[in-house]
Amino acid sequence: MLDAQQLSLKSARYRRSILRLIKRAGAGHTSGDLSCVDILNVLYNRVLNVAPETFADPDRDRFIQSKGHSVEALYVVLADRGFFPESELETVCRFGSHFVGHPTRKVPGIEQNTGALGHGLPMSVGAALAGKMDARPFRVFTLLGDGELAEGSNWEASLTAAHYGLDNLVVIVDRNFLQITGPTEDVCALEPLEAKFRDFGYCVRTCDGHDVAALVQALESVPFREGRPSLLLARTIKGKGVSFMENDPSWHHGVPDEEQYAAAMRELDAAVAEREAEVAADD
Amino acid sequence: MEKPQRLVFGETLVELGAENDRIVVLDADVSSSTQTLHFAAKYPERFFNFGVAEANMVSAAAGFAATGYIPFVSTFAFLLSMRAGDPVRAHVAYPRLNVKLAGGYAGLSDFADGASHQSVEDLAVMRAIPHMTVVVPSDITETRMAVRAVAEHEGPVFLRLSRAEVTEDYGPDHPFEIGRGIVLRDGSDVTIVGTGPMVQMAMRAADALAEDGIAARVVDMHTLKPLDDDLVARCAGETGAIVTVEEHNIYGGLGSAVCESVCASRPVPVLRCGIPDRFGESGALSEILARAGLSVEHVCELAHRAVAAKN
Ligand SMILES: Cc1ncc(C[n+]2csc(CCOP(=O)(O)OP(=O)(O)O)c2C)c(N)n1
Ligand SMILES: [Mg+2]
Repeated sequence: MLDAQQLSLKSARYRRSILRLIKRAGAGHTSGDLSCVDILNVLYNRVLNVAPETFADPDRDRFIQSKGHSVEALYVVLADRGFFPESELETVCRFGSHFVGHPTRKVPGIEQNTGALGHGLPMSVGAALAGKMDARPFRVFTLLGDGELAEGSNWEASLTAAHYGLDNLVVIVDRNFLQITGPTEDVCALEPLEAKFRDFGYCVRTCDGHDVAALVQALESVPFREGRPSLLLARTIKGKGVSFMENDPSWHHGVPDEEQYAAAMRELDAAVAEREAEVAADD
Repeated sequence: MEKPQRLVFGETLVELGAENDRIVVLDADVSSSTQTLHFAAKYPERFFNFGVAEANMVSAAAGFAATGYIPFVSTFAFLLSMRAGDPVRAHVAYPRLNVKLAGGYAGLSDFADGASHQSVEDLAVMRAIPHMTVVVPSDITETRMAVRAVAEHEGPVFLRLSRAEVTEDYGPDHPFEIGRGIVLRDGSDVTIVGTGPMVQMAMRAADALAEDGIAARVVDMHTLKPLDDDLVARCAGETGAIVTVEEHNIYGGLGSAVCESVCASRPVPVLRCGIPDRFGESGALSEILARAGLSVEHVCELAHRAVAAKN
């Protein structure tokens, strides 16, 4: 099992792979990927009971990425976990490739087609209800953006989740305070968000969404309470890891030019080297 | 000159904003994509960003219209027609409110995002809703004229817009009028009816067909509803065969509308060039259009077949 230092190293490498992929594809949702990659890392390398060899197992944990636009991060993590060869990443967004600009079930490891926001939670509720009915041990995890929360379907699904006491459901919110057109609180204010979720019946926890140890700690202790759906508010920075992309809305679907790419890679290479040194020092 | 069609839309909205202070613009966190951000910058007090909440936005537009404003509602075409389909039907069309639905990124034009964001069914949905007018402009000039005509038109309209660049093919005297198709080029062997950016493909096909000795008439059918039935009947009678070209599923869009029309007036062979009932994909726009059968070659092939079918 990977420890926090090893997970941090993975995150650093994932960030580099994401940038490389987006640069090659000429398209992608750069800052949203960098925002949620630590969450995906912890899910796939520590929390989810799922692997390429068990993907057909009816008892596997389910993960549905509701913020489908961050598909590049998901592709990178799934490739690293061996769901398909890394070389497939070179085909993302290319004509004829299954690796299209949003998640589809044609890609090994992906549970649901997403892209239109606001549907991951209701689909997860359905899967969680089915799991309860069949008395199966799996959990259903879903990852939502915060701008995405303006879709009423999230709140409808939350009523259902609480009504049925779905303690096999874990909702993670990538709380980066940004959407495409600006800060969430300027576009359509969400705060006090924790209180809202609590009122809707979730047992809520908050953590630093880039601190892999904190993410492990939170996500390994689900359900947060018996008989209640769990919700983790992961506080994140959109564009995390590349200084000039952080908190800048223009990187939502920005693709770096040559110069920006080189500058970003210098920062990401340095982060990888630093974490490699940490892991080596620990051995 | 070439310009993204969405930019022509965004710029025309700004002009309209100056001329009519009852125009308000609603968008759902995609104003940088749809280009309503120009209106937002100029008239911030008349611009409302609803966030990622399309159904909410369309119902609110009905409220604006019922209170005397002229709302332009802007987001991706698939979201207006599908996600917000119920409010469009129940609160905009049914009470015939004066709401303008501007559906961007239509057809396959959102080439990188792939099938989830591409819109291959919006025309079928919008055509089937009573009271709805459906307008699909082609070049820069026509887009500008269409946005203006839609603003002046009383009642609900769906205005379909592409993410792609369009050229400037028409002059200032282009006879645009909602509900009246336009003959761009005369011919007697077959009529190619196009809509939106596919009109340009129809024109190129007519050039290619001329080299094969086929005189193709080309019609810009910018209004799908109400369809110009008189023009369709006239073309059917005078050329005896029709090919339709649209960036939409072959079911329910322009091709279907033309078939319905000629069946009732002047039955002739009609072959439909459009997306063959499947979802889109990612890739370069030219690649994914060609795979869907939207290429000059395919239009020509269908024209040859239509001519041969004339008996
Ligand atoms: C229903 C729907 N409306 C609009 C879009 C276009 N869109 C893609 S991402 C996005 C912003 C999402 O913001 P947020 O949920 O905060 O995601 P993040 O910041 O994590 O990228 C929008 C509006 C969409 N994909 N689906
Ligand atoms: Mg966000």
